[in-house]
Amino acid sequence: MKNFIRILSLTISLVGISLYSSAAEKVEYLKTDWTFKGPFGKFDRAALQRGYQVYKEVCSSCHSMKYLSYRNLAEKGGPGFTESQAKAIAASFEVTDGPNEDGEMFTRPGKLSDKFVMPYDNVKAAQAANGGAYPPDMTVLVKARGGGVDYIYSLLQGYEDPPAGMTLDEGVYYNKYMYGNKIKMSNQLSDGLVEYSDGTTATVEQMSKDVTTFLMWTAEPHLESRHQMGFKAVVYLIILTILVYFSMKRIWSRVETKV
Amino acid sequence: MSEKKTKRRDFLFTATYAVGAVGVGATIWPMIDQMNPDASVKALASTEVDVSTLNPGKTITVLWRGKPVFIRRRTQEEIEEARSVKLEDLKDPQKDEDRAKNPEWLVMLGVCTHLGCVPLDQKGDYNGWFCPCHGSHYDISGRIRKGPAPTNMEIPKYQFVDSNTIKIG
Amino acid sequence: MNNHEYTPKSKFGKWFNDRLPLLTLANHLTDYPTPKNLNYWWTFGGILTFCLITQIVTGLVLAMHYIAHADMAFESVEHIMRDVNYGWLIRYIHANGASMFFLAVYIHIFRSLFYGSYKAPREIIWIIGIIIYLLMMAAAFLGYVLPWGQMSFWGATVITNLFSAIPFVGEGIVKWLWGGYSVDNPTLTRFFTLHYLIPFLILGLVVLHIWALHVPGNNNPVGIDIQKPSKDTVPFHPYIVIKDGFALLMFMIVFAFFVFYTPNILGHADNYIEANPLVTPAHIVPEWYLLPFYAILRSVPDKLLGVVAMLSAIFILAALPWLDTSKIRSAVFRPIFRQFYWILVADVLILGYVGAMPAEGLYLLIARIATAYYFLHFLVILPVLGFKERTIPVPMSITEPILGGSPNFAAVKNSENLKSQ
Repeated sequence: MKNFIRILSLTISLVGISLYSSAAEKVEYLKTDWTFKGPFGKFDRAALQRGYQVYKEVCSSCHSMKYLSYRNLAEKGGPGFTESQAKAIAASFEVTDGPNEDGEMFTRPGKLSDKFVMPYDNVKAAQAANGGAYPPDMTVLVKARGGGVDYIYSLLQGYEDPPAGMTLDEGVYYNKYMYGNKIKMSNQLSDGLVEYSDGTTATVEQMSKDVTTFLMWTAEPHLESRHQMGFKAVVYLIILTILVYFSMKRIWSRVETKV
Repeated sequence: MSEKKTKRRDFLFTATYAVGAVGVGATIWPMIDQMNPDASVKALASTEVDVSTLNPGKTITVLWRGKPVFIRRRTQEEIEEARSVKLEDLKDPQKDEDRAKNPEWLVMLGVCTHLGCVPLDQKGDYNGWFCPCHGSHYDISGRIRKGPAPTNMEIPKYQFVDSNTIKIG
Repeated sequence: MNNHEYTPKSKFGKWFNDRLPLLTLANHLTDYPTPKNLNYWWTFGGILTFCLITQIVTGLVLAMHYIAHADMAFESVEHIMRDVNYGWLIRYIHANGASMFFLAVYIHIFRSLFYGSYKAPREIIWIIGIIIYLLMMAAAFLGYVLPWGQMSFWGATVITNLFSAIPFVGEGIVKWLWGGYSVDNPTLTRFFTLHYLIPFLILGLVVLHIWALHVPGNNNPVGIDIQKPSKDTVPFHPYIVIKDGFALLMFMIVFAFFVFYTPNILGHADNYIEANPLVTPAHIVPEWYLLPFYAILRSVPDKLLGVVAMLSAIFILAALPWLDTSKIRSAVFRPIFRQFYWILVADVLILGYVGAMPAEGLYLLIARIATAYYFLHFLVILPVLGFKERTIPVPMSITEPILGGSPNFAAVKNSENLKSQ
């Protein structure tokens, strides 16, 4: 038993070390409290709506959100737009449809069932417009980066002058938190860039937090259901385990031996 | 074993089985429900059709939930013809008024109620539709008049959201 | 062990059973005499059966929505996560279920290593187990390719490229596996088919595994044979059923924590990036359960010898019943072997750790030492120990150590003290 405990501790420490070291280079990310973290985490609806606004006004000109549909904006566990608000948002975009009776493609206002319109027709067009770098699709970006929300939140605020002696090529910028420190996206956020419809002051930190919260939702739209179901599942399993434990004791009491 | 002990044992085992059964059910349900229409399919459950360019005496066919829907803008003669049919003559008696609330517009599923083929427009002996698969004839209200089909072509749920647009489903 | 004396109670039961003896089988499984001293390390066989069924059911259901085409695979997985009713739940159960499956199989294997369950007359059970383990690794590897993320694609590229190490026919074999000149759509579609097939092969082997087990019966913590079934054993139902049930529920609580609270922690972030043949990720790593073998593979500088070393590490296990020369089964009575056992466990954990690190510098050195030690354990230490080790006297029967009153009781008490060191 003692050896087992030793091995278990060794395993846990090794796992801990590897998780910690594989997370990212030794940079400490900026910390903030995320309302969705932890087993009882939930999304801040107002933050999600503000984050959508930042995405739409700042990011969507280069970054697609191709796995999201407009109807998702009105669904449970999301930003909490009403169906008519989501419909209006969809209708404000032009969507390619067709072919029509003449065999041609045409554009029409978006519907709830449409996916988010992409800023570029394809990856090559996106690269060509951005100095050869492809602005990644953002739907699951938060899960596609080892540092997760802390990394995205920090990166948006991490632009600074390069250290002495480092020269950067044209179109390359220095970012404290970017893996490798060189990034082809220039600093996008500045204080007051967006006028929040709910009146919140739009500092760079506020916008970073809101858009990152929004991105957590786009990556994990069912996060709240998952947490709620998890709570019920674990409570249920504990109850059943206790019942089965006592049943087991009762059954084994017939045999003259320890279990 | 004393009766009290038996009762307690039975209660424990019964409770365990009952709680276990709840868990089994709760686990099986998602496996079954995943086959139900998903959110992206449900989002396409209704279709809006622009009928502003449809003239009287013309039929268009649109796709709704994967099936054809005939939308015909009927002429005055066609409406009168549809209304004047005697109910005793119909295999599936139904008044035209109940099929086309706005008499000028006939909106129905273009699926033959026999075995599911798509009937042809402006064919057949009743100035309506004719199904070439097994010879069912439908009149200008989409009701079965001759042939093996048992019932009239189905009228889906629809409404005019404005004077130019019909929302089906 | 065949009980042809069982007669079903109902007339229909008798009629059916005469034609297909399923009721006799059920009766055999219910009454099956199981040693009464089994500890919780013996519950993992039942847990593994649960894992296999879970993976098959969730996999089947996922296959109703997944599209095995390079252009649509990633999107179809996102469709499952977002639109399919409970799709996110089923996907997370399947992905984390694979990890839980391997966690259980490693505990199950290490149980056998400690208590000598691979020794005569259970060699065939053990070898079938090795084959099941190999198929599990194949199924897991194929399954990980299906979402068509960056790790899916590049993991597939690295592992299929290993076959090119085979002299003469290697390149041809790799093209044959790929169905082309690189990992691409033909590779994905055939990987999907094979991933669907293998669990059913595993299912068949599990039936053989249990059948072969029921011939000699279960091993037990003291490693001695059953003397008197009426004293040493209990019927499988209800005693073992309820105990396996309890262990399974504890296992499910751990499983639930992963699925509901940290569903992506065992995975790799890069697999949420769509596969890109033009960009290689900085660190290509397999899932955690394949890391020790990855470490062994990379510790040998030669490509072909690295592959040979990796495969030998698994095949050497098949030879274990003959490499371990000791007449005593259970490590409870083998104090020296016990120490080496724990060193092996530490060695495998270290191999797993360095498997996740870049194959350079100190990590590479440690990987090489750990790899060498792994082979040393099986090829040198075990055979020698069998001859040289002075073992503790083994009790006369299973029940006797518990009930006492036998000449060997003192010896067993002694061994209990040694065990707690």
